[in-house]
Amino acid sequence: MSTSSTSTTAAQAPKRSAAMIASIADAGVETTRAPFGHALNAVAADDERVVGVTADLGKYTDLHVFGEEHPDRYYQMGMAEQLAFGAAAGMAQTGLLPFVTTYSVFATRRAYDFLCLDIAEPGLNVNVMAALPGLTTGYGPSHQAFEDMAILRGMPDLTIVDPADALDIEQAVPQLAAAPGASYTRLLRGAVPRVLHEYDYSFELGKAKVVRPGEDVLLVSSGLMTMRALLAAEKLTEHSVDVAVLHCPTIKPFDAETVLDAIDTPRMTLTCENHTVVGGLFESVAAAMARRPVGRPVTPIALPDEFLDAGALPTLHDRYGLSTDAVVARVLAELDAQG
Amino acid sequence: MNTAPQPAARAPMGDRGLDVRIKSAQEAAHRIRLGVLEQGEAQGGGYVGQGLGVADVLAVAYTDQLRLDPADPEWEDRDRFLLSIGHYALALYSALAEAGTIEREELESYAADGSRLPMSGMSTYTPGMEISGGSLGHGLGVAVGMALSLRHQGREEQLVYNLLSDGELDEGATWEAAMSASHFQLGNLVAVVDMNGMQADGPTAEVLPTEPQVERWESFGWHAQRVDGNDPEELIRAFDAAREQADATGRPHVILCDTVMGKGVPMLESREKLHFMKIADDEWGLCKEQLAAGRASDANESDETEEDVR
Ligand SMILES: Cc1ncc(C[n+]2csc(CCOP(=O)(O)OP(=O)(O)O)c2C)c(N)n1
Ligand SMILES: [Mg+2]
Repeated sequence: MSTSSTSTTAAQAPKRSAAMIASIADAGVETTRAPFGHALNAVAADDERVVGVTADLGKYTDLHVFGEEHPDRYYQMGMAEQLAFGAAAGMAQTGLLPFVTTYSVFATRRAYDFLCLDIAEPGLNVNVMAALPGLTTGYGPSHQAFEDMAILRGMPDLTIVDPADALDIEQAVPQLAAAPGASYTRLLRGAVPRVLHEYDYSFELGKAKVVRPGEDVLLVSSGLMTMRALLAAEKLTEHSVDVAVLHCPTIKPFDAETVLDAIDTPRMTLTCENHTVVGGLFESVAAAMARRPVGRPVTPIALPDEFLDAGALPTLHDRYGLSTDAVVARVLAELDAQG
Repeated sequence: MNTAPQPAARAPMGDRGLDVRIKSAQEAAHRIRLGVLEQGEAQGGGYVGQGLGVADVLAVAYTDQLRLDPADPEWEDRDRFLLSIGHYALALYSALAEAGTIEREELESYAADGSRLPMSGMSTYTPGMEISGGSLGHGLGVAVGMALSLRHQGREEQLVYNLLSDGELDEGATWEAAMSASHFQLGNLVAVVDMNGMQADGPTAEVLPTEPQVERWESFGWHAQRVDGNDPEELIRAFDAAREQADATGRPHVILCDTVMGKGVPMLESREKLHFMKIADDEWGLCKEQLAAGRASDANESDETEEDVR
C-alpha cells in the first residue's frame, strides 16, 4: 500500500484546490443550467409516455428539474442502480418511455448486466443519461468513468452518445426519445458549457460533423473534448496553425465514413476524447482505418491506461492532457515531431 | 494536543471503569469533530454534516475498541475497520489523527491536490485506510471475505468492522453479504450503520424507507442492536456486547446507530439537512465556537453526574 508519489507534506500550505472544484467550463465560456432536465421537460410536454427514473442521484443528474415539473412521472428507486435499470426495462415493456439517470461508473460497472440483458437485448427504448463520464470529477477511481465507452461499445444494439455541450444535449434528448432501442449518453450536468451555437452545427443522431474547417491539422473529437478542441483551435490561430474540428457525438453506431473522408487528406490528425485511450474514440477511428487505410497515422489525445489521481479537476485535466492549453501544446509538439 | 490513550491491545480502555471510558470517548469525539471542522474550513466544504454526526461512533471505535498499532497501520494482528462510505473520509482522517496514525496537522490537506487525504477515502492514499470505498455497497462483501479468511487461518482474535451508511442499505449487494455472513456464522464480523436518515436526494424516509431495520437484520440471522449513535455510553455498551459474543462461529453483529447530522454544532443540527451541507466562508469560526461551547456545558454536566455517582 504505497502512498501517492505526489503526496504533500503537512508543512506545505494547503490550497483550496479540492476535489470539489469540478467545473469543466473554460474561463469565459457561456454555460446553461441543467440542459438535460429542461430538454426532457420539453419532450415530456408532448409525450405522456416519458417518465424519469433515478437511483438517488436525481439532484445530481439534473433529473430533479423534470421531477419538479412532473412529480407524478418521476420515479425515485433509491440507491439501487440494478433495480433502476431492471424497473426501467419493465416500464418500457409495458408502454412507458423511461429516461434513467445515475453516474456513469454505476451505470456501466455496477449495472451492466441489467442494461445489457433487460434493456438492450429486447431492444427497449430506455435512455440512460449518465453523469460524470470520463474524467469529470476529482473524487478518484470510484467516481471516474474513464472506461465507460470501452465497457459499453461491445454491447450490441446500444447507441452511445458523447455530447459536447448544452446545445448537443438539448438537441439529442428529443432524438433519443424518438429513436427506438436503448441508449447511453455521457451526460454533462449542472452549469454546462455552450459552445456549438457559435458554429454552423446541429446534432444529428449517428452523424459526425465538421464543426470547424482547417487546413493544417484535423482534430477528431467527442464529448467535452470537442469544446476543448474548438478552444484550442482558436488559440492555435495565434501560432498560424489552421485546425479543423470533426465532432463525433455518436460513438456507436460510429460514422466511420465521415471520419475516414476527413482523415483522407495530408493533414496531421489527432483524436481527442475524455476517456481512456483503450476502447473509446481513438480505437473506433483506428478500427475504421484498419479496414480502409487512409491519411497519415493518427495520434490519440486521451486518458492514460491507468487508475487516475484524485484532486481538483482543472489540475487533473492539465496533468492528463485534456485541458485546452494541454491540447494546444500537444498539437504544437506533434507538428514539430511529425512536420 | 493528542491526549488520547494509545490503543494497542483489544479494547484498550476495556479494563477501565465505564465512567472513565465514556468521558475519554466524549473527549475524543470532541477532537474528532474539531478535526472535521478544520478539514471543512481548509477546503471550504466537504461532508461535514456526516463527519460531525458519526464522530461519537468513530471515537468509540478508534479510542475504546479497535485493536490497532497506530504507529504500524499494517500490523498483521490488527482489527480491520472498513469504511465503505468513501465520502465519510474526513471523519475517519480525524479519527486516525486521534489514534495517532497520521499527524493532526495533516488534516489541513484534506482533499487538496497531492494530499494523502483525498475527498473520498482510498487505501492506496492513506495509512490506516483499509479499503477504497466510494462506490457504495462494496464494504460488507469485502468484510465477509476478511472475516472468513481470518477464521480460515485460525486468527479468531481479530474482528472485522464495516462502517456503512443508511443509504447503503438500498444496495442489493449489502443484503447479499448480510445473508452470506449469517450462513457462514461470522461472529467475528461487526457491521456498524450510521443511520443519519439522509441520502443524496433527500431524507431516507422519502427516497427509499429502510425500516424496520432491527427486524430485517434479525430475520437475516444477525445479532442486532440499535443505539443512540451520539451517546458514547450506549455505543460502548453495544460494541462491548458485540465483542463479548464475537465467537467466530456465532452470529454476525450489527450496531444500528441513530445519529444527527451536524451533531455538536447547534447551528448545523438545526439547519436544513442536506447530503452536501453548505457552510459559508464566514461561518466556520462560529461553528467552532458553538462546538467549544457545547463541550464546556457537557463537561459541567458530566461533572455533576460524577458527583451524583459518588
Ligand atoms: C453505488 C453508488 N451509487 C450512488 C452513489 C452516489 N452517492 C454518493 S453518496 C450517496 C448517498 C448515499 O446515502 P448515504 O451514504 O446514507 O448519504 P449521506 O448520509 O451521506 O447523505 C449517493 C447516492 C455512490 N457513491 N455509489
Ligand atoms: Mg445517510
